[in-house]
Amino acid sequence: MDAVDHTLEAPQGASLPPGMLRGIPETLLRRQHLYDLAFRNVTRMFAFLVLALLAGILISLVIGSWPAIQEFGPGFLASHEWNPVTEKFGALVPIFGTVVTSFIALLIGIPVSFGIAVFLTELAPLWMRRPIGTAIELLAAIPSIIYGMWGLFIFAPVFADYVQPWMIEYLGPIWFIGPLFKGAPQGIGMLTAGLILAIMVIPFIASVMRDVFEVVPAMLKESAYAVGATTWEVVWNVVLPYTKIGVVGGILLGLGRALGETMAVTFVIGNAHRLGTSLFAPGNSIASALANEFTEAVGDLYTSALIELGLILFLITFVVLALSKILLYRLAKREGTLT
Amino acid sequence: MRFNRRSFAPVLLLLGMGVSSAATAADITGAGATFPYPVYAKWAEAYKAKTGSGMNYQSIGSGGGIKQIKAKTVDFGASDAPLKLEELEKEGLVQFPAVMGGVVPVVNIAGIKPGEMKLTGNVLADIYLGKIKKWNEPAIADINKGLKLPDADITVVNRSDGSGTTFIFTNYLSKISTEWKDKVGSATSVSWPAPTGAGGKGNEGVASFVQRLKNSIGYVEYAYAKQNKLTFTLLQNREGQFVAPDDKSFQAAAAGADWKNAPGFYEILTNEPGKASWPITGATFILMHKNQVNIEKAKEVLRFFDWAYQDGDKMALDLDYIPMPDEVVKLVQAEWKSKIKDASGKPIW
Repeated sequence: MDAVDHTLEAPQGASLPPGMLRGIPETLLRRQHLYDLAFRNVTRMFAFLVLALLAGILISLVIGSWPAIQEFGPGFLASHEWNPVTEKFGALVPIFGTVVTSFIALLIGIPVSFGIAVFLTELAPLWMRRPIGTAIELLAAIPSIIYGMWGLFIFAPVFADYVQPWMIEYLGPIWFIGPLFKGAPQGIGMLTAGLILAIMVIPFIASVMRDVFEVVPAMLKESAYAVGATTWEVVWNVVLPYTKIGVVGGILLGLGRALGETMAVTFVIGNAHRLGTSLFAPGNSIASALANEFTEAVGDLYTSALIELGLILFLITFVVLALSKILLYRLAKREGTLT
Repeated sequence: MRFNRRSFAPVLLLLGMGVSSAATAADITGAGATFPYPVYAKWAEAYKAKTGSGMNYQSIGSGGGIKQIKAKTVDFGASDAPLKLEELEKEGLVQFPAVMGGVVPVVNIAGIKPGEMKLTGNVLADIYLGKIKKWNEPAIADINKGLKLPDADITVVNRSDGSGTTFIFTNYLSKISTEWKDKVGSATSVSWPAPTGAGGKGNEGVASFVQRLKNSIGYVEYAYAKQNKLTFTLLQNREGQFVAPDDKSFQAAAAGADWKNAPGFYEILTNEPGKASWPITGATFILMHKNQVNIEKAKEVLRFFDWAYQDGDKMALDLDYIPMPDEVVKLVQAEWKSKIKDASGKPIW
């Protein structure tokens, strides 16, 4: 802070040779200094406004959820009960649903986005790059409710009639992962929600990856090609290490969308407060529980429990962000030690 | 030019005042239940055309409506679930029914047409409790001789959002089945006991799940069942008759209700007596403060609902709502006279 002040005040300082100031009126200098000061303070205010907003949201979430925090304590996180009649609430089912659907979304979304980005930057003929890139950006602009309706009315019936029976027959008996694919083929449920989310996050991740892949200096890539590297080796050993911060940023953007996505998930997840091993079973996510129940939540404890769910979602996002920063930091530290 | 401008100014000013005062002439605001929103909006439009005063209704949900009227930010609140008399007294509120509707079980079973399947309250409760798991179990087959029922698991669909529809439905199941009452209870949202099943958001969510999921059962407002041509079922009422859901059976249920002895109009029209009564009927309610400060607005609210009771019947029926019977309207207006007062204690109706 001090250093910044010092440099900004330097033009007025006595250290400058007097000759440099000759011809510039004193008042103009003073006025410009004031402009600088005002500009600095206004931009600082904007930046701090974000911090204040964040703190404000966090504080109001804590205040709103205080009755529920007092009533249920940390057990709120571990209880799978959600009974508005007896006013017993637990967040396990929505937390589980949020994490599982986002995980499925990333599991599918990351490789596909990576493939799209590599194709567009390394392999596709030049005339093809623009239209496909624009199409991906257009996908990102589709409102989530459209994805939800498409998921419920078009994707779910096809999924239930053709894909789920096949999965139940062939994946169901497999050891360990079998229980994930049991149950009636309803078309809706956790897996469907995860798949819809994957489709929704792909444009985000893919367009960020493409943008960062494009900034890799051609010299680096061509050097690698020159020593006989394949396209895959160039992508994996040159492009990806060079762009890892941007790639992780893109994945986080997608994860952020998946964690908080409300309408599309509400349409297809089934909205049942039930914990099950099957991915075909209806579940619930934090965001869709809020969307479903907030308007008609009667009673202070019920409302408060819902606000606490919001607080938990906030914290999950925060933890994910923090973890990724740590990951990047670790990667940066290891840099240069690997040969 | 100068002369002209000066002479126009007062005219314009007067015009402006005239317009603004007409627009704000006791415009009333209400907030709450989503279920009656279409009919309230329709009434508001017709009322505005007739009298020039507007009614602005925000369908934010019953819970929100109750909160808003307690906080006095609106002139009236609306709730699908009535408040108990003690709560009304505590908050200084009056409550009266505005319009009625019915809740209808709907199924999706191949080969079964609307109105073919018969259900009893107990069977319905057992299905939603998860005790009856398949469509061809004897409990269902015995009352549906002649229907071909599949050997398939029942998928139970409920409302995922809190709703008056759920309140009416679970209230009915609680009246019929003690097990339901003990295990689940009745509220705008409950913990659904059935081990399989999905929740749809809103009537349209439940309707589309039932249409989409084979061998499913759900419950929706009558209007949705009718407009979407869903396969509704017959239901056995208190007198043992199997009745079909329509405006006549809803009105029969309302007529059978004992509004006179329902303090604060706390009357849920489920399982009402009467041979023609549909057993899952319910009214939606309006909440107002007893002691009114802004007399003009309070009067306007009462004038609006008075007009709706007299002239709004056809509009309600067109939208598949059931207007309140005239005897009930008389009781409501007597309640207005005796309870809603201005600062000096004088009745305002």
